[in-house]
Amino acid sequence: MTPDVPGNAARASDLLEQLALELAFTAAGAAVPPPIGDVLEQLTATCAAAPEPIRQAVTACRHWVAEDAAHGQLTAETIRAINDWQPWMVAAALAWDRGQPLAGMPAAWAAAAEAGLFAGNASGGAASGASGGRSSSEVAPAGETLDVTVLPEGFDDEMTELFCAESQDLLQEVEQGVLVLERNPADAASIDVVFRVFHTFKGNAGVLKLVVLQRLTHELESVLDAARRGKLVLGREAIDLILAGADVLRRYVAEILAQLAGHDRGRSIPLPIPDLIERVQRLLSDRSPALGAAAKPAVSTPAPAPPPAPAHAAQRLSQAAVPVAPLAAPVTSPASVSAQLPVSAPAPAAPATPAMLAAAAPVTPVAAPGSVRVDTLKLDGLIDLVGELVVAQSLVVQSPELTTVGSAELTRCLGQLRGITSDLQRTAMSLRMVPIGGTFRRMARLVRDLAVELGKEIDLRLEGEETELDRTLVEELADPLVHMIRNSADHGIELPAARVAAGKPPTGTITLRAFHQGGFIVIKIEDDGRGLSAERIRAKAVERGLVQPDEPLERADILDLIFRPGFSTAEQITGLSGRGVGMDVVRRGIEGIRGKVDVSSVEGRGTTFTLSVPLTLAIIDGLIVGVGDQRYIVPTLSVRESFRLTPGAVTTIQGRGEVVEVRGRLTPMLRLGRFLGDPGPVAPAAGSEGIVVVVESGQDCRCLLVDDLLGKQEVVIKSLGDMFRGRTAFAGAAILGDGRVGLILDVNALVKLKSAAGDAA
Amino acid sequence: MHPSTTPEPHLPHLQPLVAKPGKYLVITLGGESYGIPVLAVREIIRLCPITPVANMPPHVRGVINLRGKIIPLVDLRTRFHLPTTDEHDRNCIVVTQLGGTAGGSRLYGVVVDGVEEVASFGASDIEPTPDFGGAIDVRFITGMAKSGHLVRTLIDLDRIAAADLVTAAVAQTSVHQALTPQALPQQDSP
Repeated sequence: MTPDVPGNAARASDLLEQLALELAFTAAGAAVPPPIGDVLEQLTATCAAAPEPIRQAVTACRHWVAEDAAHGQLTAETIRAINDWQPWMVAAALAWDRGQPLAGMPAAWAAAAEAGLFAGNASGGAASGASGGRSSSEVAPAGETLDVTVLPEGFDDEMTELFCAESQDLLQEVEQGVLVLERNPADAASIDVVFRVFHTFKGNAGVLKLVVLQRLTHELESVLDAARRGKLVLGREAIDLILAGADVLRRYVAEILAQLAGHDRGRSIPLPIPDLIERVQRLLSDRSPALGAAAKPAVSTPAPAPPPAPAHAAQRLSQAAVPVAPLAAPVTSPASVSAQLPVSAPAPAAPATPAMLAAAAPVTPVAAPGSVRVDTLKLDGLIDLVGELVVAQSLVVQSPELTTVGSAELTRCLGQLRGITSDLQRTAMSLRMVPIGGTFRRMARLVRDLAVELGKEIDLRLEGEETELDRTLVEELADPLVHMIRNSADHGIELPAARVAAGKPPTGTITLRAFHQGGFIVIKIEDDGRGLSAERIRAKAVERGLVQPDEPLERADILDLIFRPGFSTAEQITGLSGRGVGMDVVRRGIEGIRGKVDVSSVEGRGTTFTLSVPLTLAIIDGLIVGVGDQRYIVPTLSVRESFRLTPGAVTTIQGRGEVVEVRGRLTPMLRLGRFLGDPGPVAPAAGSEGIVVVVESGQDCRCLLVDDLLGKQEVVIKSLGDMFRGRTAFAGAAILGDGRVGLILDVNALVKLKSAAGDAA
Repeated sequence: MHPSTTPEPHLPHLQPLVAKPGKYLVITLGGESYGIPVLAVREIIRLCPITPVANMPPHVRGVINLRGKIIPLVDLRTRFHLPTTDEHDRNCIVVTQLGGTAGGSRLYGVVVDGVEEVASFGASDIEPTPDFGGAIDVRFITGMAKSGHLVRTLIDLDRIAAADLVTAAVAQTSVHQALTPQALPQQDSP
């Protein structure tokens, strides 16, 4: 995806790429390789006509290299500074090429640029310039070993973008957690948070096959894990290490975003990952305070004799990263997303890019121009207003005064107005809603990789991919789903031989199913694996001190223990799961969006996880029913059928309970008007007019007696607010066509209502 | 199945509130005048179609559509156990913004008989709530303001809403207990 452009800017991009390549093969402490000087010479010539900031930046870089060349060796500071400098330059060259305005070069480089320009003796300036170019150099002591990292190529853009967006949030959490830990190294909650972040990061990186990141996060996770188990006190060194690790991750993510935006896709960037890994291992293998003290001077003297190990690790990692590309191909991203990226990049991003460059130059050189993250509250506001516009529009169009005007011109204009408003409404609605299919497909990828890794045969079935839900919900659901699928694949599905021995087909099946139920979105993850063993869970829980050995527990309670923090049934720790963070993270995540997660399992037959997530905002197809002078909305998905009540169809039991025979099945009936306390005329008994709406929830059905069916409408579910929280009869409310509020019946609750409660009125 | 009167919930540790000097929106309920801090008032709208919500205390009139937002509506007259009268032109809804509650600011509408004026009360105009000897509920009253020969009762809507929330929660648990899955009868076995 190298921008195909003639002229100096393109040439500069090529040179920058060469420079990155040269640098990647250069270790700190070595002599300055001659090609670097050559490339910089050419770059200077190429950029002679470039805008001021680019020329300055080139001068700064030349100065750093010249300084080092004078001392005979390339320092780690310089390499790091150039690593920051290079992406900025790439972005700047691109902006130059497109004729977009350029932000000034990061202020930290100014000293070096000036020094280079006047060729004065400014070693102090160079040092400050070089180290200042890196925002967090104080927490990242000299990393001597650099690694060539292959970046994803041919990857699903959508997935990668999601990964990046999520990663940025996760890294934010690390930073906050570490800040607490710096003051209080024993803060268990913060240790947990940081640990989970790295764990999630590892999982996400695993999904994208970013092997190097997976490895690094695994190591970082080990540090936190040691701390969690009380085997390590998070001292200065460990904290530095965590922050340095987070920095590397951030740079990697920034680089992916830059490449997604079209900057030299597939190019490599050097990262001190092997060095970090080595430091982690050193930290964990020898935790004596003496070493901790000895390691500190390393900050100031950047050469504690790099042993052969890091070089070896570097080699291994770069080899491991190579097979990435071929694996990536089969997952195709939805056309809309892949099309969106290149199209939107040049035009709308123009005003944003320079500003972002200026704001965040050293760490995230290029912001993703593909999409804009908008506060959901603003989106809600917009959607509300558009809904009102539609109502106002229809009030105008249907106004009786207008019918007397009879002007063709007016009719035409009103028609146009209606077209625009309905388009606007559709667009506004679609802003928030996305089908869950994208997340499901991400799971498909995960399952395949897991199957390969675990040596199992797993088939993933997806149902209800078109179920639309709130974008925020999709994001919140991704993590829990990853954890649960991983759990199913790792612990649930048996090895093929074991399956055959148990009389099952060798290929295990995981079914991922999404559907609406009673105002909830339900996602079920079913596997046909070995199921959960209540005894083993119990034994493990006792061992972990979660329950007392003699505590009486129901089977459901025992199964529920897997959601407790610190619980894991994995016999051995794998790179995938088994540190006992999975399921409690799932529960926390789901409860965070006011949903719930349950597990049911038949030993030997399989396990089913059920997630129900309330709709904070979702569109449902509603059946509008009239009860008295009120209108209520019944989610159409819950309606099985409706019919006019015929005299004698109702059987009364004990004078109060009423049942109706529906297709040979006796179904309890609820008089909605009476139940909802409608003060209107109480309908006389059975024989009266009325329409029965048969609703279902799960296996159960109930007849609702209403006065009238008024139509079908797509409505946006809105929360009724705190005051009505727990009003079991209503799942929410929606604004009807005439601007009035209609309450949405909570079919789930109505079906499960005790008949006594319903008829007490 | 409605509670015919609203059982006042027990609010934990309600310190008596003291009204701050400033501008107040003066509303009328029956023949009485009340003051609401004007900063809490978002807007005043005319009565609009109200959708009642079943099984709520009588003073909760229901919900309305405020330009696409659904907000609860409380009838202050019923809330203060004043006799109800027919609605007339001057009736209106004061939309107030509640602060200081979890979940950020929320909107809350109160039906009042009328809106009189925005009045400024200085510190010297405001007197602490007298002791009515338990005859009336003074927990929502922040003080009494004098202007000329008129006396206005200053009230705190946040507390009223908070009390309503507790009431709702109490009602919810009692309904909820009847609805827990364990208590379910086998519906479809005739």
